[in-house]
Amino acid sequence: MKRLSAFNVVSLTLGFAFLYIPMLILILFSFNEGKLVTVWAGFSTKWYGELMQNDAMLQAAWVTIKVAVFSSTIATVLGTMAAYVLVRGGRFMGRTLFSGMIYAPLVMPEVITGLSLLLLFIGIGLDRGVLTIVLAHTTFSMCYVSVVVSSRLATFDHSLEEAALDLGCSPAEAFRLVTLPIIAPAVVSGWLLAFTLSLDDLVIASFNTGPAATTLPIKIFSAVRLGVSPEINALSTIMIGIVTVGVISASLISKQALVKQRREEQEAVRSA
Amino acid sequence: MAIPVFEPWNDPQAKPLIQFRNVTKRFGDFTAIDDLTIDIYEREFFALLGPSGCGKTTMMRMLAGFENPTEGKIFLAGQDIAPVPPNKRAVNMMFQSYALFPHLSVWENIAFGLKREGMPRNEINTRVEEMLRLTRLEKFARRKPHQISGGQRQRVALARSLAKAPKLLLLDEPLGALDRKLREETQFELMDIQEKTGTTFVIVTHDQEEAMTVASRVAVMDNGRVMQVATPADIYEAPNSVYVADFIGDVNLIEGPVTAIGDGTYALNWREGAAPLTAKSQNTFSDGQTAHLAIRPEKVTISAEKPEGVANAVQGKVLDIAYLGNLSTYHVELPTGDIIKAQTANTRRISRRAFTWEDTVWLSWTATGGVLLVD
Repeated sequence: MKRLSAFNVVSLTLGFAFLYIPMLILILFSFNEGKLVTVWAGFSTKWYGELMQNDAMLQAAWVTIKVAVFSSTIATVLGTMAAYVLVRGGRFMGRTLFSGMIYAPLVMPEVITGLSLLLLFIGIGLDRGVLTIVLAHTTFSMCYVSVVVSSRLATFDHSLEEAALDLGCSPAEAFRLVTLPIIAPAVVSGWLLAFTLSLDDLVIASFNTGPAATTLPIKIFSAVRLGVSPEINALSTIMIGIVTVGVISASLISKQALVKQRREEQEAVRSA
Repeated sequence: MAIPVFEPWNDPQAKPLIQFRNVTKRFGDFTAIDDLTIDIYEREFFALLGPSGCGKTTMMRMLAGFENPTEGKIFLAGQDIAPVPPNKRAVNMMFQSYALFPHLSVWENIAFGLKREGMPRNEINTRVEEMLRLTRLEKFARRKPHQISGGQRQRVALARSLAKAPKLLLLDEPLGALDRKLREETQFELMDIQEKTGTTFVIVTHDQEEAMTVASRVAVMDNGRVMQVATPADIYEAPNSVYVADFIGDVNLIEGPVTAIGDGTYALNWREGAAPLTAKSQNTFSDGQTAHLAIRPEKVTISAEKPEGVANAVQGKVLDIAYLGNLSTYHVELPTGDIIKAQTANTRRISRRAFTWEDTVWLSWTATGGVLLVD
């Protein structure tokens, strides 16, 4: 292994410190014995226990997961369809306009997205609740899915689909039997992306929420306004843990698949 | 015992399997296929040969159903195929990239089309096994496409496209990705498989040796038009245009006005002051019309002494020698500045070579050695 120069060590340390010190402090104080979040009073896991007793918090967590599952699933279906048309549809009329429009929400300020959706829901007389949050989250996360899926589709050999048609598939069968299995990893990561986006969205959710539908970020935000409790730290630590495990295992799985494929390709070349 | 010659194109009773009738295909302003009419017969191995962008792939994609003609009609076994979608055509295609489904095993790739057909399971098994045997892939049935070599992938692609026993098999540059040795072997395998299955093959290639080796007939294409359709031998020996003569193999082209000297023989006045060349021709020319004499280098004899009783003999100096191992091509410069290539088989070792650079030599050829082509 190569040793890093002093300069590189300093830049690395600074960069990572900047990124992770806030989170480390949060995790550390979730194990604090005392009630104050800034004064260390010894190690304890009691706040995790308290959290399990907090029905309001658990209720909010359940709503959040429901919203995230539904909205990311709908967004994945819609986003994949949009990506497919934009990549495969050829140069139809208005293609540039459509592809521009599908990516625009990526840079749209959340406040504007949230407000416009609120106005829409009021306009059509839809009561605000879980349903409106699901719709709102679908709207803004769909474009992320479509970006991920379309980048995969762009590198996808078009003749695979033609081969499927040639061998007797209808276009729908070709999509189901050939395209979808091959782009599945991109679809899954699109879904995960949409899921995480929905999980931690505060702005759009607070615009479109109703009395019965409090998501976790809204709950945390309103709880913090009354003072930060170590319970919130505990909750956040759990969320960080879940995300970390998810990200690491996803990258391990894809890396293993790649290594396996490389090895098998080399064997094929040798045995030829 | 005479083996019956396979020449359905010369039989007026024969019904073509594929008929292109005045087919034109345009992509925007670009004309890929220009008013093309051509017949392909059952059990033929038909090659579409041409430089890239000549429209040969477009022709094939129209047969497969991925493109439709802008004008004109294509008939398959007498039926207009324009309204038939690709998945309903009795035509299968082997793709240039092979297009093997990466998530399926070799076995599943070959079975793919059969399953779509709704063939019973045991029949699928039998058919797939048969295809695996035909392409010598039995050992690799359970492997995924990325676990086999390029040559094996090529055979999987062939097996998959043959599995449904199509009336017509389209091969798009099927051997392009293989190295030269493997390609030559595979060419003979293809011919063998074509004969065994009796399927009509249409192959697209830019490799003239490949077309000449495998095909019963070759269509030479340029800019969306078919320049000539003929057997490989006729394409080579009797090209109908300067383009075809020049595209296929190596050729000497000598241009000049001709005068008829009777009996289908013409005198070609190729240079002021030089003795005219004589050539027999099937084509008729009016006196003074410009013609091109196309003569293959191997039809030109090189000798030290002036040969007796030969229709054409010119003297020149050896300018360059291209040594190819089995053959040598001599580039001979004539006093007029023209260069004529003569090719000889190296039947003796190179140290015994008769001619070397700067030698004065005679080049000669017969009146029927070359062909006269219109301008």
